[in-house]
This record gives sequence, structure tokens and C-alpha cells, in this order.
Amino acid sequence: MELIFLVFILMLSIFLGFELINKVPATLHTPLMSGANAISGITVVGAISLAGTGQQDLSNWLGAAAVALATVNVVGGYMVTDRMLAMFKKRGSK
Amino acid sequence: MSAMGLAIQMAFVVAAALFIFGLKLLGSAATARRGNMLSAVGMLLAIVAALLDQGIVEYQWIVLGFVLGGAIGAVAARFVQMTSMPEMVALFNGFGGMASLLVGAAALATAGSTFTLVTIVLSILIGGLTFTGSLVAWGKLSETIGSGAVTFRGQQIVNSLIVAGIVVSAVMFCLQPESSQWLYLIIGLSLLFGVMAVIPIGGADMPVVISLLNSYSGLAACAAGFAINSNILIVAGALVGASGIILTQIMCKAMNRSLTNVLFSGFGSVSTVETTVEGEIKPISVEDAYYVLEAATNVAIIPGYGMAVAQAQHVVKELAELLEENGCEVNFGIHPVAGRMPGHMNVLLAEADVPYDQLLEMDDINPRMETVDVAIVIGANDVVNPAAREVESSPIYGMPVINVDKARTVFVLKRSMASGFAGIENPLFYKDNTRMLFGDAKESIAGLIREFS
Repeated sequence: MELIFLVFILMLSIFLGFELINKVPATLHTPLMSGANAISGITVVGAISLAGTGQQDLSNWLGAAAVALATVNVVGGYMVTDRMLAMFKKRGSK
Repeated sequence: MSAMGLAIQMAFVVAAALFIFGLKLLGSAATARRGNMLSAVGMLLAIVAALLDQGIVEYQWIVLGFVLGGAIGAVAARFVQMTSMPEMVALFNGFGGMASLLVGAAALATAGSTFTLVTIVLSILIGGLTFTGSLVAWGKLSETIGSGAVTFRGQQIVNSLIVAGIVVSAVMFCLQPESSQWLYLIIGLSLLFGVMAVIPIGGADMPVVISLLNSYSGLAACAAGFAINSNILIVAGALVGASGIILTQIMCKAMNRSLTNVLFSGFGSVSTVETTVEGEIKPISVEDAYYVLEAATNVAIIPGYGMAVAQAQHVVKELAELLEENGCEVNFGIHPVAGRMPGHMNVLLAEADVPYDQLLEMDDINPRMETVDVAIVIGANDVVNPAAREVESSPIYGMPVINVDKARTVFVLKRSMASGFAGIENPLFYKDNTRMLFGDAKESIAGLIREFS
């Protein structure tokens, strides 16, 4: 049952994603992409649970490395998106 | 479920809602910054919730990962040049993919059902090919390696063999999860496949590749979510996956090519079709160009990758301002695949303080083209090539282009007569109303600015 439940979530999220992104204008495609990139850093959540088990085994090390990589994505992605979006200005607003 | 466990799960629900709302606000330039902020808050919430999980007894490695990753990310985000955004996004996509690969591999220790094993394979496969594919894309974009398409005889066969190898080792792994050689084989082949998939794709097709890799990084997170039974990974990964796929579609449409064609044809290398172009090249000096611009009342500027290479966005903005002071209407026409990633030109011009409502999309500028006195093409080639409309034998025939040749006069700023990335002859350069302003784009424009002042 759990599996079906997860697949349901997947299906709905994909449709939702299509609906949301279809409306983004071309001007914002780069920030959209780097912003989405930051969201894909969500893997960090999974990595945390693997890196903190307290067992000094392989999966602990893999988890720790994954935390580092995903954090690059999260921090870098959100920061650079913000930096870009701050530059987008309407005519006359300085 | 304990009260704590429930609270953590609820926090994930809220985080997912914030991601969704954030993406929604990214749909308009006025609210986009707030949207990104909301999405970041959602991420913070999800991370805090994950840290509170009772399964976590040791924090030093997590903190080390945060500090290391955070520092790298922050420094990169702070100092990257806007012209290098495509490289950076490519690299970040790769990191996301690698993280998912590692999570997938680590989840093996607790894997139970065959279904979990399948999702582990998927997260390793997608994560691995995203990682090396992104590294190759990064190399091509930063010109660390040649940006041209690399093709060799028997490429399709080699790729088919790799895919077959992946399928076989995936099946074997699911049957015998305890023998680790199949796992290593999958990892190795996935990494190899990422390289093989991106090397035959030329520089000009990079917008498609980056969008696709962006999508993969999301799908990898999604697969990792299945591997460790995490809702939030599945939702967030699927959102990113969907967004990347839509961008990929938009890019393909803007080049009038199917995704399969982009991925497998090695476009940049083959299309040196001989077309006989009639007419002659008519160069123009900066001084003469100035006189024409001085008299113009409606100017359209069409930038391309060349503007990014020459770092000319700031002088372009300065020229646009001078023209406006001179009583001229100035608009920018942005082709969807101008540059090396979706929206590349928009970001560069935003950096130079060009207001976004002055940037027109192709479908908005084309109907106005006949009223334009001067169209200035800066470092763009294929996206303004009239052969796409006129020459049926042209490889880009049917691709939607910005119809600069319909303007009264066209200035093409170009370094030399070498053809564009796609290697296609451009009849625009030989048209009666076209004048070529040879030289470095930045210097040519600076010359025009000097004439104005």
C-alpha cells in the first residue's frame, strides 16, 4: 500500500510541475532553472538521515559526502538565483 | 508514529507547499524573488525537520558536510560571472546527480524489497549519468574541452552496448543484491554513459542539454526518494523533473528539432551543406553606422552568444540609452535559444540594468520588424538566419527565427566571416539591406558610443 501511495504522489507532483512551469515567461528561464536546481538539492534531507546513523560504515561516509554535495546545490542555487532576480528591474524603477 | 515523527512529517508537507508556492511566484518577474525566498524557507524547514529525526545520533559528519558544501556553494554563487551562469548551472546539476547516486548507494544497506532495489538502481543510473554528463557539459561550456560535437564511427553501437550492459547488470543486481560487483558495474557504466551521451552534442545545442540534465537531477532525487521512502524527495524531485522537461521541450521547439535529433545526430559536425548565396558582403565603418543610427527612430537589438563572449552587455545598454536620448525607440529581441542556456541573454541584459519589459520574445518582435529602421545583430547568427524560412535544403529550415532581414537596415556585428556554431551559411550577410560591422562587438559598440558623445 505504501508503494501505491508514493506512486500517487509522484504522479500528482509531475502534473503539478507541468502546470506550474508552463506559465513561466522566457525572461525568467535561467533563474527558474537555477532555482529548480536548488530544489533538487532536497536530496540533502535523505543524505542527513544516512550521515547521522553513528555507525562508522560505508553508508555513513557516502551519506556525509552526499550532504556536502547537496548542500553546494542548495546554498549555491538559492543564492545565485536571488542574485540574478535582484537584477531584474522594470522600466523606470531604479 | 510518535508525536515527533508526526511533526517531522507535517514539516515536510509544509516544505512541499512552500516549494510549490515558490515555483508559482517564479512565474512573474515582479514576484520571482519572493518566490525563490519562499522556496529557500521551505528547504530550510525540510532540513531542520530531517535533523530532528530520532535516527540521527551523530552530527559531526552532517555539520562537516554543511560547512564544506555551504562554503563552496556560497563562494561560487557570490563570485560567478553572469556570462558563466550556464557552466555553473551545469556543474550544480552534476552535484545534485552525484548526491542522489550516493544516497541511492548508501540506501542499499537497509534495502529490503525488490522494488527498493529497482529504485536504487534508478537513482544510481540517473544520478551517475547526470554527474558525468554535466561535467562534460561544463567542460564544453567553459571551453575546457572543445565545444564541438565529438562523433566517431560505431558510436551508436558502443552506446547500445553500454545500455545493454546497464540493463543486464541492473537485472543481475536485483537478483543478487548481496554480490557487490554488479553494483560497481552499474555505477561505472552509468558514469560512462553520461560522458558518451553528451560528447556528440555541439555547443549550440547546449540549452537543450542543460535543460535535460536539470530535469535528470530532479528525477534522480525522485528515485532516491523512492529508495529511502521519503515523500518530500519524491515531490521536490518530480517538480524539478517536470520543470526541466518543459524547458527541454521549449528549447527543442525553438530549434524545430526533436529531442532525439538533438541527442543523437551530432548536429554541429555534419551540416556543412554547400549553399550558393547570391549577393555580396557590404562592410560598414563605425562612423557610417553612426550616421544611420543617428537618424533612426526605431532600433531593435538582437543579441546572441557572441555578446556574452565579448562581455558586451554593458556597452550595449549604454548605446541603447544614448539612442533613447536621441528620441529613438529601442527594443531587444530575444530568441529562446540565443546563448548557451534558456534565458541566458535576459540575465546578461538584466545585469547591465536593461529593464525586462524592454526585452521582447521572438513572437512579439517579429510582427514589428517591418517598422524597425535598424536591427543590430550582436554576436547572433543561426537565430537570425533567413535560410530557416527560405532555403528548404538548409539544415535549419523550419526553425523559427527573428526576421531581422525585414527591418529597413540590418547591422551585423561580427568578428569575421566564419560561420556560426552550426556551420551553416547565413544568407542574411549578403542581403541588400545588410551591412557588416566587423571587429570585436564590444569595441565596435564602444566606437559607436564615442561617435554619439
